[in-house]
Amino acid sequence: MKFITAIILTALLAFISGLLSFSPWWGFAITSFLVALLVHQKAGKAFLAGFLGLLLLWCGLAWWIDMQNHGVLSARIASVLPLGGNSMLLILVTGVVGGLVAGFAAMSGSYLRSSSKS
Amino acid sequence: MSDNDLNKKLLHLFLSFKLIFLPMRIVPFAVSVVISAGLIFALNKQWGTIPPMGKFLSPQHGFWQNAEPASQDFDAELSFPDLKGKAEVYLDERLVPHVFAENEEDLYFIQGYLHAKFRLFQIDLQTKAAAGRASEIAGPKAIDYDKQQRRLGMVYAAEIATKYIESDPVAKKIFDAYTNGINAYIDNLKESDLPVEYKLLNFKPERWSNLRSALLLKMMAKDLSSGTENDMAHTNAKSIFLPDELKLLYPQVNDSLVPIVPKGTVFDKPGIIPVQPASADSLYFGRKDTVTAKEIAKPDINNGSNNWVVAGSKTQSGAPILCNDPHLELSLPSIWYEMQLQTPGSNAYGVSLPGAPFVIIGFNDSIAWGVTNAQRDVKDYYEIKFKDKTKQEYWFSGKWEKATLKEEIIKVKGGADVKDTVAYTIFGPVMFDESFSNNLSNSRNLAVRWVAHDPSNEGMTFYKLNRAKNYDDYAEAIKTFQCPGQNFIFASKTGDIAIWQQGKFPARWHRQGLYVMPGEDSSYMWQGFIPQPENPHAKNPERGFLESTNQRPADSTYPYFIPGSYITPRGVTVEKYLSGMTGITPKDMMALHVNYFNSLAEDAVPVLLKYVQVDKLDAKAKGYLDIVRNWNLMASPDSKGQTVYQCWWDSLEAGIWKDELTKVEPQAPWPEEQTTMELLKKDSALSFIDNINTAEKETLFDVVTTALQQAATDLAKKEAEGKLEWAKFKNPTVYHLLKDALPAFARKGLNVGGNGNIINAVTHSHGPSWRMIVHLTNQTEAYGVYPGGQSGNPGSRFYDDYVDKWVEGQYHKLWFMREGDKTDKNVKWIMKFNKGN
Repeated sequence: MKFITAIILTALLAFISGLLSFSPWWGFAITSFLVALLVHQKAGKAFLAGFLGLLLLWCGLAWWIDMQNHGVLSARIASVLPLGGNSMLLILVTGVVGGLVAGFAAMSGSYLRSSSKS
Repeated sequence: MSDNDLNKKLLHLFLSFKLIFLPMRIVPFAVSVVISAGLIFALNKQWGTIPPMGKFLSPQHGFWQNAEPASQDFDAELSFPDLKGKAEVYLDERLVPHVFAENEEDLYFIQGYLHAKFRLFQIDLQTKAAAGRASEIAGPKAIDYDKQQRRLGMVYAAEIATKYIESDPVAKKIFDAYTNGINAYIDNLKESDLPVEYKLLNFKPERWSNLRSALLLKMMAKDLSSGTENDMAHTNAKSIFLPDELKLLYPQVNDSLVPIVPKGTVFDKPGIIPVQPASADSLYFGRKDTVTAKEIAKPDINNGSNNWVVAGSKTQSGAPILCNDPHLELSLPSIWYEMQLQTPGSNAYGVSLPGAPFVIIGFNDSIAWGVTNAQRDVKDYYEIKFKDKTKQEYWFSGKWEKATLKEEIIKVKGGADVKDTVAYTIFGPVMFDESFSNNLSNSRNLAVRWVAHDPSNEGMTFYKLNRAKNYDDYAEAIKTFQCPGQNFIFASKTGDIAIWQQGKFPARWHRQGLYVMPGEDSSYMWQGFIPQPENPHAKNPERGFLESTNQRPADSTYPYFIPGSYITPRGVTVEKYLSGMTGITPKDMMALHVNYFNSLAEDAVPVLLKYVQVDKLDAKAKGYLDIVRNWNLMASPDSKGQTVYQCWWDSLEAGIWKDELTKVEPQAPWPEEQTTMELLKKDSALSFIDNINTAEKETLFDVVTTALQQAATDLAKKEAEGKLEWAKFKNPTVYHLLKDALPAFARKGLNVGGNGNIINAVTHSHGPSWRMIVHLTNQTEAYGVYPGGQSGNPGSRFYDDYVDKWVEGQYHKLWFMREGDKTDKNVKWIMKFNKGN
């Protein structure tokens, strides 16, 4: 339950931070860190929750945007980046990049909390 | 709280943190934080050409934000303090804006706003490149380009133009409003809304100014009036050819010329008769030394165009039809942006140049106009003698004159600033000297005299044309247009047709400025300009049509010496078709726009077939010969004949000229293909046919045969790749503005024929950048298409949606919207502009 909560919270707060104009693109790293502090799990689980939270959010958003765009831009960008013009691969790469940052941020949060308790 | 209390509290806080943190497992935490921070840092930074990936991929910040929904709603309500009243922009289904404003300032403010909204990267990039600031974006590889732009005096020219524009209250008002409109968009731009190119290249747009609009106009001046001379290469040709040979190889008037002003036109006595300096024979014509300087990225000689107009006497409706297709380097986004601009006092429709106000090619309720390039030489070089390396003083009229030294600092992305010093003389900036001669040794100091450096305001011509009601208004509007010289074609609803070759053209003595000139006194300077009323023009000729296709404007009876880079064949073709047509409809004109007839080949193929020695060809070459024999002279996309002919011809030109021309470095200019064809037709024993590098004496039989045999080798390779058909061979491509840096944003492999010397003048990446047909009936009937789309955003469905239509030779019917059409079903979106904060 905690795991699911963490994923949902990570994604939700990341989305909100993305809406704030003053927040940089990596604003979600701070919110993911805070989520891991708040919803404490072991480091590995926290990483996974953070990773999945952002993977789902970014893949979801990218996929939604791409669908509305009929894949016009993603096909072009997936050729600029060495992805062979594959839009789906680009969506996945997008999610993984966001996921990695959030995962490590969440892991940091988890370590902070667990160390403060010991 | 006292300071003491505060300190205590802080201390307490610190201690409690220490209690919590010190015993913790600090190492994994620290490692994890460092990894997170490192990851963010790495993804926030540009690595070489790789954009900051985190920022770039973020769906809420990066490129995904540029993926415009196919159902994008462009409705908007906008308020700006700079506006004076209310205005509406009605966008039709092709995203063409129809702007209805209460006054001119608001009209041009909104034009600027729309140019920025749909073409921001384009206008920003083009004017930075014009100013010699490409290295800021592209890095060290653009340094030489930037140096050349600055040494040509592009900013100098734009500064002079800006000052001149701003001295006219009407022009200042309009250019200010236009600039404010662009800045209103830039200032309100969120980072996530930046065009995708900024995100890829990781930089930000710069605010607009009137200077930048002037830079854009100077960029056009450079593209169209800077590549039309070849003075340095001709100077080298002079060192290896005799005077008569020079006249033979580089004639001023081709035999087959069909001039713009119909033959037989009587010209006035010249108002100015320039005098050749006494020393010309020894110091100018007689000098045999070469120059080693060479321009980089010289503008394409095919920067030409077609326009023609037929009078009511030749049309089915009895109303004139005007056609225009300017040939430029094709790009995405297109150089053109289609729009309608309406105020209570004016109403114009056509294409605008993002970065400048007004409609440039188009029509209004009374007239239509179009332009082609005049191709005239308005740029000369003078050799400067400096006192010493500091270039502070140069020798002029018997004494040392002070040069103005301009320090140029070129900022380079990913590198140190580059400094350059340009000396300005009475002639103009010293473009080439030992610190800038493109790595060639033994350079001379060459100052450039270019009409584009003179004060002018070309914009006002378009301001007036947008409002012109008749021939007199048109003639008045174009009178002040200076550079680049253009052929302004005209038709009115009252039935007049006309053409003027308009520009500020130096009055030259015979052969002045073909070669680098002495710059030690004023005797070789331009002695004046051809009086404007004497510029070649024609109105309502009896034959009922006028055309210009970059050919020489007049035959040899025109009383001035007017060198240029003229292109003859298209004029021959257009004239041939138009003179034979009657009862013309817009449909006929559409067919003519995309006509593929190769009139040069019509003359050249018989020469090739006459002199080829079949028995000396191998089987493969014989096969190709048969293809040419059976060719219908059409350069259509599926034509194999055009491919074989072109390769054969190019190979023949190399066989004839290469040995002589490459005796000097940089090499002498290649004679025009028209000239080569005419020479071979006239004289099959032409001495240049012989290859001077071989012992035996080659004849025309030998070179024509060898040319085909050699071409056959290349053709066989192409055929093996399945590229013998003309469109596959030349691979027509509309590149993104960043060309090879972003091939994914281009449209390649377009199935379209044509060539630079054919009416449908599509080469590999160059050609008709806008095709327009205006039928001046009561209710104007107009058609147009350009190879691009209204949006500059590669993530928009409007980015390249016209390309296929353009390829197929189809047109959009242009909707000249009326006040009463505001609820018409053609209106898809409405942008409302109001005064306010």
